[in-house]
Amino acid sequence: MSASNGKKLTIQSRIDYADFSLDIDNELQLKGVTGLFGPSGGGKSTLLRVIAGLNQNAGGQVSFAETDWQKESLFVPAHKRQVGYVFQDARLFEHLSVAGNLRFALDRSGPGEKNNSFDDVVDALDLHSLLNRGVAELSGGERQRVAIARTILSQPELLLLDEPLAALDADRKREIYPTIAALPDRFGVPIIFVSHAVDEMAQLTESVVVLEAGRIVAEASTEKILSRDSLHGSTQAFEAMSVLDVTVVEQLESLHLVRVDHRGQSLTIPSHAGVQNGAALRLLVRAGDVVLATEKPQGLSVRNILSGTIIDIDLNPDSAFAVVSVDVDGTVINAQITNQAVQALNLQSGKNVYVLLKTASFDRPGA
Amino acid sequence: MPDLAPLWLSLALAGVTTVVLLILGTPLAWWLAHTSSRIRPVIEAVTALPLVLPPTVLGFYFLIILGPGTTIGNFWVQVTGDALTFSFSGLVVASVVYSLPFMVQPLQSAFESMGRAPLEAAATLRASPLDAFFSVAVPLSRHGFVTAAVLTFAHTIGEFGVVLMVGGNIPGKTRVISIAIYEHVETLNYAAAHWLSAVLLVFAFTVLFLVYALKRRLAIRVG
Amino acid sequence: MTKLTSRLCCLLCVLSQNVNAEEALIAVATNFFNSAKQIESSFERSTQHQVTLVSGSTGKLYAQIRHGAPFDAFLAADQERPRLLEGSPFGVGNSRFTFAIGQLALASARPEHIKADAQESLRQRPNGPFAVANPALAPYGAASREALQSLQQWSALEGDIVLGESVGQTFAMVATGNVQFGIVALSQAMNPVHSNAVSYVRISTLLHESIRQDAVLLSHGKDNLAAREFLKFLRAEVTQALLLDSGYGVE
Repeated sequence: MSASNGKKLTIQSRIDYADFSLDIDNELQLKGVTGLFGPSGGGKSTLLRVIAGLNQNAGGQVSFAETDWQKESLFVPAHKRQVGYVFQDARLFEHLSVAGNLRFALDRSGPGEKNNSFDDVVDALDLHSLLNRGVAELSGGERQRVAIARTILSQPELLLLDEPLAALDADRKREIYPTIAALPDRFGVPIIFVSHAVDEMAQLTESVVVLEAGRIVAEASTEKILSRDSLHGSTQAFEAMSVLDVTVVEQLESLHLVRVDHRGQSLTIPSHAGVQNGAALRLLVRAGDVVLATEKPQGLSVRNILSGTIIDIDLNPDSAFAVVSVDVDGTVINAQITNQAVQALNLQSGKNVYVLLKTASFDRPGA
Repeated sequence: MPDLAPLWLSLALAGVTTVVLLILGTPLAWWLAHTSSRIRPVIEAVTALPLVLPPTVLGFYFLIILGPGTTIGNFWVQVTGDALTFSFSGLVVASVVYSLPFMVQPLQSAFESMGRAPLEAAATLRASPLDAFFSVAVPLSRHGFVTAAVLTFAHTIGEFGVVLMVGGNIPGKTRVISIAIYEHVETLNYAAAHWLSAVLLVFAFTVLFLVYALKRRLAIRVG
Repeated sequence: MTKLTSRLCCLLCVLSQNVNAEEALIAVATNFFNSAKQIESSFERSTQHQVTLVSGSTGKLYAQIRHGAPFDAFLAADQERPRLLEGSPFGVGNSRFTFAIGQLALASARPEHIKADAQESLRQRPNGPFAVANPALAPYGAASREALQSLQQWSALEGDIVLGESVGQTFAMVATGNVQFGIVALSQAMNPVHSNAVSYVRISTLLHESIRQDAVLLSHGKDNLAAREFLKFLRAEVTQALLLDSGYGVE
């Protein structure tokens, strides 16, 4: 899976509603988990429905991996497309138990050997203890896991997840991230993951497609998309951020911290339950939480001090702030500091600086 | 002991009518629940008409439309050899129209409250529309089916005005229990009227009670 | 061979005994139903024919016959409907005759209201509703109004009149005490089942036009032997005796 270039999804669709219209004419390469990101009401769910064949008005074309699902007068109905769809409200069948729901999918997945077997999927989504329960007794997170398992058992070629984590709290989300991230490799199916939450994008996706007002406005790797300050204006809660992939190295139990390693440099972050040495974590760094220093600071409370080189300064004369991009061992960290500071410290590309990150900034949900 | 034949006849009529309406009414209710067609309100109004029209009026017009001299009546005679009116089959036809709203409205309600969500989920799990109907829609709306069947059955048992006009009160064929009781009253046989009414009351109550008790048990048991 | 022939003969004998036995479906005005049932049993005792009786109001039966009801003969509560049928494709010409003459009775659930004759009872009647069959719907009702008019009581009763949809309904109102006074069919008042519930006095037939109840053979039954025989049987002596006993007059 990782060696290939992924599968091609061609969508050409134009739908006009009363208050918004969807206008897509794109070819997307889907590999692993692709994020579909954008503000609420931007058309993300509509686009998923068009791909799945749940929206009859779509017109245009939808093709996936050499198969035409929709083209001119051809319209393959939803139940004949090999697309799996996990809805935001799970939509488990209430008249069946958990096992019954799973079997429903398996029974209709076609003849022959199954790539995704019942036991395999139950294992992957950790559903052993839930199999005989009724749907009404499940918690939100459990429902979503069952919904994902059910969809995978229908042996899809493409999996669409529509804001599946929207109803979960931070801890539940953290628990389920690794499961979802592992799905493409474990079951050989590319995933489109819809969300308007930046932390979900950061944790789960390799590439992101941004949808605003019914149009695809950007399509790139997750790091690139997250670091683009130019998106600030349209997605209100969105600010430039950076992603740090680190490995847990040491537990500092008495301090309730863990020490992590980023390509040779150390950081300490608050410890969370279940984080073991050797585990890989992805940290989100908000540009506004970054402090720069031209000299190694003394007497400051900040414990995380990384060194790097400025590679870009993005001045914005119409606002108080600029974004300074710093290369820290190959990863780019963006810092939002005032234009005044840039001038006062005489910051320029190529200059070596220290990047200061408060441990507290890693204590927020999704960090 | 007075004759119980009218009771069995009424039960047979109600049973056959309920089955026929389940077959005819379900697709109609499904269509009404899911369509966005402009003529939906027209069809809904027509379906509800039997609620409003006086039964003897309905019966009289059945007499006019279905008699052996008419197109429909004549066709029936050709095919079966018997007149449609004043026969059990004629009563079934009349009862199907008379009880139509009692089947369609609860079903339509149940389908509407189920909504499209479960059906879409089923489609994404490779269920064809017919498969989704039987494996998802029917179980999820079973309460609607039970209500509709019970109401239709009960309503047909109590049918009087329509049968009075189009039945002909023929023993063994169209002399249903409501007509028999009426006849006993008219011919001053009050004792027989009391007896038959009591039988009907006990029977109807027992059936309804069993159905509602069963419904409750179905609701408590989870899926 | 002989055994077979004799068996065949036996079979023929049995069949021939029934070859004249037919079934007839006969529509009867409800007010005559009880008497009709008695006539039916004595008819079936003396012939091989089977008769099924269907009761209904004269008006509805007439409408049903005109729309193809499978009745072989019709015993009505008036003359008008049989006359209309006789002259139409639905009835058999010249088959109409009067089989009974209806009579009226003034009735009450309270014996103290019934005096020696109808006139006296009406003069002393208590206040309150007075039940009469609807003259528009029931021949007995029309006759009741005539009788009251002859006795100069109709206008006096005007505000108190309660109309029954049929004589059967009128009788029910009186017998249950919902109405103190009413005019019903004599045959109803004389019904032994209700002798304890209802007291009555005859109303003279001179006070109203005769309530002639006519029977007619219908075209559905024109070749029906049972129907024809039954109509004949209505005029037999034994039937006439029964009718007189039951509160009817005969031709």
